[in-house]
Amino acid sequence: MSALLEVRDLEVEFDTYGGTVHAVRGVSFDVRAGKTLAIVGESGCGKSVTVQSIMGLIPIPPGRIVAGTAELRGVDILGRPEVDGRDVRGDAIGMIFQDPMTSLNPTMTIGDQIAETLQTHRGQDRPQARARAVELLEMTRIPEAEQRAGQYPFEFSGGMLQRAMIAMAIACEPAILVADEPSTALDVTIQAQILDLLGDLQAKTSMAIILITHDLGVVARLADEVAVMYAGRIVEHGTADAVFHQSGHPYTQGLKAAMPTRNSRRDDPLQPIDGSPPDLFAPPPGCAYRPRCPNAMRICERRDPPAFPLEPSDASRPSSAIDVVANTNQEDAASGSQAPTPRTPPEETDIHPAKDATAAPPHRDHFSRCWLHQSEARAHFAAAAAGDGDPP
Amino acid sequence: MTVLLETENLTKHFDLGHGRQVHAVDGLSLAIEEREIVGLVGESGSGKSTFGKTVLGLHERTAGRVSFQGEDLPASYRQQDFRRYAPHMQMIFQDPYSSLNPRMTVGEIVGEGLKLHSDLSGREVRERSAEWLQRVGLEPAHMSRYPHEFSGGQRQRIGVARALILEPEFVVCDEPISALDVSVQAQVINLLDDLKASLGLTLLFIAHDLSMVRYVSDRMAVMYLGALVEVGKANDVFFDPQHPYTRFLVAANPEPDPRTERRRAFSAIQGEIPSPINVPPGCRFANRCPQAMPQCREQTPQLIPLQEKGGREVACHLFG
Ligand SMILES: Nc1ncnc2c1ncn2[C@@H]1O[C@H](COP(=O)(O)OP(=O)(O)OP(=O)(O)O)[C@@H](O)[C@H]1O
Ligand SMILES: Nc1ncnc2c1ncn2[C@@H]1O[C@H](COP(=O)(O)OP(=O)(O)OP(=O)(O)O)[C@@H](O)[C@H]1O
Ligand code: SF4
Ligand code: SF4
Ligand SMILES: [Mg+2]
Ligand SMILES: [Mg+2]
Repeated sequence: MSALLEVRDLEVEFDTYGGTVHAVRGVSFDVRAGKTLAIVGESGCGKSVTVQSIMGLIPIPPGRIVAGTAELRGVDILGRPEVDGRDVRGDAIGMIFQDPMTSLNPTMTIGDQIAETLQTHRGQDRPQARARAVELLEMTRIPEAEQRAGQYPFEFSGGMLQRAMIAMAIACEPAILVADEPSTALDVTIQAQILDLLGDLQAKTSMAIILITHDLGVVARLADEVAVMYAGRIVEHGTADAVFHQSGHPYTQGLKAAMPTRNSRRDDPLQPIDGSPPDLFAPPPGCAYRPRCPNAMRICERRDPPAFPLEPSDASRPSSAIDVVANTNQEDAASGSQAPTPRTPPEETDIHPAKDATAAPPHRDHFSRCWLHQSEARAHFAAAAAGDGDPP
Repeated sequence: MTVLLETENLTKHFDLGHGRQVHAVDGLSLAIEEREIVGLVGESGSGKSTFGKTVLGLHERTAGRVSFQGEDLPASYRQQDFRRYAPHMQMIFQDPYSSLNPRMTVGEIVGEGLKLHSDLSGREVRERSAEWLQRVGLEPAHMSRYPHEFSGGQRQRIGVARALILEPEFVVCDEPISALDVSVQAQVINLLDDLKASLGLTLLFIAHDLSMVRYVSDRMAVMYLGALVEVGKANDVFFDPQHPYTRFLVAANPEPDPRTERRRAFSAIQGEIPSPINVPPGCRFANRCPQAMPQCREQTPQLIPLQEKGGREVACHLFG
């Protein structure tokens, strides 16, 4: 199955008085029909900017899309509000924001707002659009939808507003729904209603969902795939099970250790991640997580790790997009990573870190952007090469 | 075990005029023992913050009784009552962004309580403030900075230092972590846990995140529309909820584990919490309860202890 949306090498910056903020520094991912991709990570790591640039919502200036593509069914939409005369936003991609009030008009009834979307994007006439608006409110389980459609946003509770937003976002049956912190402002009961609803809608319409959150519980409930972001990069990516249960990257492991689980007891204290994320004005050379990483080695200081594959789903197909750095320097030896020096694949070169950062791993491959996994990557290449005599 | 703080039928109604009243807290009775951490959970608008504030005298109570160390607290606080009780009872607020005065330095914020409620000299106050900043993991050098120069987690620590510098016996923590990132939440929780151990604190810990409440608390109290529906040992309530509302609440709490989530036969609670202005007669949960019976709409269930559940208290006609 090919991807609906392929994002490659996205780089976004903001010019501010303090200097240039490198908010997104080479992000690549795929979004597939009927699947949910969750993007998680600490506040300020670039989750919202990533999806907002795809949606054309970045204010330019001060924002700037420095590089990258975002192909929606093969057509690059990055930085293009319209494609073939059609508005991408609201049409092919719907969006739910964290704060419903920022995207609802307080002076217009909920029903009229939804109807307006349908009139603009779908060319429906007013009665048609109004009737559909009520249906959509019913679909999102707003009680007495007919009556509620005639009310203004301030007459809705927080949970109902969030559902009204969802109704508006799915009005045009978008292929992709982007949900940026759809439930952070809500309590667990209403959050559960919203997550339930998103899951149901997805099952019915096969829409793809990009879910942004820093709540790992929400991710566990909804996500098929997870991308963990840190300081403007995806540092780990894989299926939800892989990322939760075979976490590779020290940052992902750090996030998990910081949360209580069903089994944790008071006598085992939570393990916070000390320190704070790096300043995105001048991201440090080397691995951005190094100042907080308990596993940091000398190489981490100098060179940014590329994406290393971890137990890929299809071992016979080495991920060609992931380049393995060839020269093992002393740092690695010192760190104790005992790479079983395999037959070096032909393409294996020491490529520039900035380019590594943009490697697009194939769908479902579990990867980690951490030097600790260099040896796993080598072993994988060796196995692939030895296995079918078909060196990558 | 001795009871440190006890409420009896504590009630707080807000008057909206035109004879309309918000029944924010309606006859809530809860006893908190010394050195105990009681977690208070429940849907948004159920009255958790109002309960906490009314206990501390920040809202004048409508009815009921609050006692602290066996002594009845006044129904409405005058200035001298705050002076008297502030050193013993404090609150840590939810929002680390809006609860710190942006025009005061961190030193002034942390030292304010001592300045008001002790006769220490200015120098002594500064020394104690510096000491407390260190205690919560900040630098004494931060004293002259302003709140906006700090991250969310650091601001929450400033709030903790401000509340604890008077070394109170009892602290209401109103959602102390919900505005924070996962990685910072753990810092604040561990800090509270350490301070609890070193100061012998008693805490009322208000939060949405049930996993965290279970982890932190000795007992858990579940609130719905101004009243308690279930109270018991935190682990018991979390792993074996009895009241129909608590069962929904626990089922709604997402676990950071995709396997658990897939196994969970999950269905969200339907409908909306009724308005606290028109509190329905009978059980307040009846309009959303899948097990509601005719009597539920007439008689208000009271909290009753379940012998077979180790004294767990549940307010529901299904029991007893
Ligand atoms: N309009 C802007 N001008 C300047 N900097 C910006 C702007 N928008 C975002 N940034 C910066 O880009 C970085 C990434 O921000 P982003 O909003 O994507 O974070 P996030 O991961 O969504 O965080 P959160 O979880 O807090 O929503 C941050 O450092 C932020 O300060
Ligand atoms: N000062 C006030 N005047 C009028 N009504 C109020 C006031 N403070 C709170 N209320 C109402 O009292 C009820 C309980 O509110 P409270 O803030 O105690 O709930 P909560 O359980 O803390 O909710 P949350 O989880 O959202 O913080 C709500 O209906 C609220 O609107
Ligand atoms: S590359 Fe080094 S510093 Fe970065 S996460 Fe891996 S071990 Fe830690
Ligand atoms: S008293 Fe009745 S309505 Fe209320 S929770 Fe129990 S069964 Fe449900
Ligand atoms: Mg964001
Ligand atoms: Mg509150």
